[in-house]
Amino acid sequence: MSAMENDTSIGDSLVRNTPGVNKRRLAFLLCVLLSIAMILPLAWLARSSLMEMGQIFIFPPEWIPNPFAWHNYPDALTTIPFFLYLWNSALVVVPTIVGTLFSSSLAAYAFARLNWPFRDQIFAVLMATLMLPYVITLIPTFLIWSGLGFVDTYVPLIVPHWLGTNVFYIFLLRQFFKALPKELDEAAIIDGAHIVQVFWYIVLPLSRPALLVVAILSGLGAWNDFVDPLVYINSSEKYTVALGLSQFVGLYTSQWSLLMAAATVVIIPVIIVFFFTQRYFMTSITMTGLKG
Amino acid sequence: MTNSSSPDGVMLTERPSGRSATTGARARMSPRRRSEITWALIFATPAILGLVLLKAMPILFSLYISMTDWSAVGDAHWVGLDNFEKMLFADPLFWRSLQVTAYYTLVSVPVSMAFAFFLATLLNQRIPGLGIFRTIFYIPSIVPIIASTVIWLWMFNPDFGLFNSVLGAVGIPKLQYIFSEDQVVPSLVFMSIWGVGPMMIIFLAGLQEVPKELYEAADIDGSNAWHKLVHITLPMMTPTILFNLMISMVAAFQTFVQPFIMTNGGPNNGSLFFVFWIYRKAFQDSQMGYASALAWALFIIISVLSYLIFRTSNKWVFYRGGDD
Repeated sequence: MSAMENDTSIGDSLVRNTPGVNKRRLAFLLCVLLSIAMILPLAWLARSSLMEMGQIFIFPPEWIPNPFAWHNYPDALTTIPFFLYLWNSALVVVPTIVGTLFSSSLAAYAFARLNWPFRDQIFAVLMATLMLPYVITLIPTFLIWSGLGFVDTYVPLIVPHWLGTNVFYIFLLRQFFKALPKELDEAAIIDGAHIVQVFWYIVLPLSRPALLVVAILSGLGAWNDFVDPLVYINSSEKYTVALGLSQFVGLYTSQWSLLMAAATVVIIPVIIVFFFTQRYFMTSITMTGLKG
Repeated sequence: MTNSSSPDGVMLTERPSGRSATTGARARMSPRRRSEITWALIFATPAILGLVLLKAMPILFSLYISMTDWSAVGDAHWVGLDNFEKMLFADPLFWRSLQVTAYYTLVSVPVSMAFAFFLATLLNQRIPGLGIFRTIFYIPSIVPIIASTVIWLWMFNPDFGLFNSVLGAVGIPKLQYIFSEDQVVPSLVFMSIWGVGPMMIIFLAGLQEVPKELYEAADIDGSNAWHKLVHITLPMMTPTILFNLMISMVAAFQTFVQPFIMTNGGPNNGSLFFVFWIYRKAFQDSQMGYASALAWALFIIISVLSYLIFRTSNKWVFYRGGDD
């Protein structure tokens, strides 16, 4: 818990005492310039998404759309069956989040707070799979799902999350569970509570911030995922948003304003989630790095 | 719960040597201890199933496929090491894709790490608006890769893109970026530094862990900023640098979406990234056997590089005693 609270202050906490005022002015100036540079691609995206075809192909480019072509958005959303793709993405994202929370919290509890034979060895093997390139399992896994007849369904996109294959989340929750005071479990056990009760009534409620991090990251991961839908989904009426956008690129390369509007629509949910949960984002990243 | 007064009651808590306790005490294991093991196994079952069914088995299966001529339909014929021989001695595109990927990795990893480190040092200063700057520097990395490839594809557009218009304004002739065999990899490296947010946050956390007494002591000794960077900050940051180096190296070796969306491996195979090449062989040409052999080559290369980095890390990574 304390780790969570400390990390929220990253960037605001002032660890180093910088004596020179000029040095700080320079740092501030650099931050402003780099912020403009980092935002520029997104500004370019927004500006292009609101331009008429005539204006977008003017050279040198103009920055302010004239007129504002708001119709690009409805046009883009109807040119690709966006709401169908949105529904498909929801069919993948929601079960992915639930499955990830289920499998990784259970495993993390067993690895963090229970004592059983070969626990640490199995955990080490799990961690080692983080270094495994995904293509090496992609081909055989595709052949297995294909043999079972699950190609062109969402099963291959969802089931792995129910089996904890994203080991990173097990690691993240294990770190968090280990930091909870052990006296809580001990006291509950002495009072006659069962392990399952300790997990459900004590550990999980105390771990809400960490569970939220896992839910957000796994949800965004599924929303952004492009490679798995590309490999497993064939019918265009089953495309997810990310896969649908990629097909749009191939078909409408000249219609840049529609493409930019579609890309904006894919980005906006992510940005909204990020703004509301920024604190947790930063924490989860820091947790991985510090213990690495 | 009849046994609640037995000494095993404390076993739930973590022991320094859990294994010796479990193996030695099996014969006189209390019901509570047995229940703990049973429930631990139940809890870990999904993850262990995943490890066996979706990691271990596919890896072994992949090794087998790599020694066949399987095309996903029909029968697989055992061809021994033929696929690996073909890769090494008869497939110029294997070497080409390896060269492209190594080139990209060698440039993008140090460049993006240096940029992330630089941003982190800026955010470690006492300046107003730190939270806003941190958010702005981080946002590009949350943009879905499919969307960022679309944005950059448009910015790299030689005729109407952002970059050539900026160059044009200062009188520099138009570049071709991803549409030129020589510029495609540097262009993609440039694109990669847009997404250094997570690395920056990890560096920033590392910077804030450096004990400030060290800087105070250096100030008393009259050290300048450069000395403090080289003799305090960098040595104290080496564990973080090692972590970021490993993560970004493995990620760079697996670049796929950029060539898939932006260049289709071109021009003239100038962006024929290794994983893109594997994807083509497996899912466009249906050469599952050969593609699996390529995947194993990638696995071996990444493993050897990781091993080498770890082996040399004790020479340059400085771990503080008693840390965690």
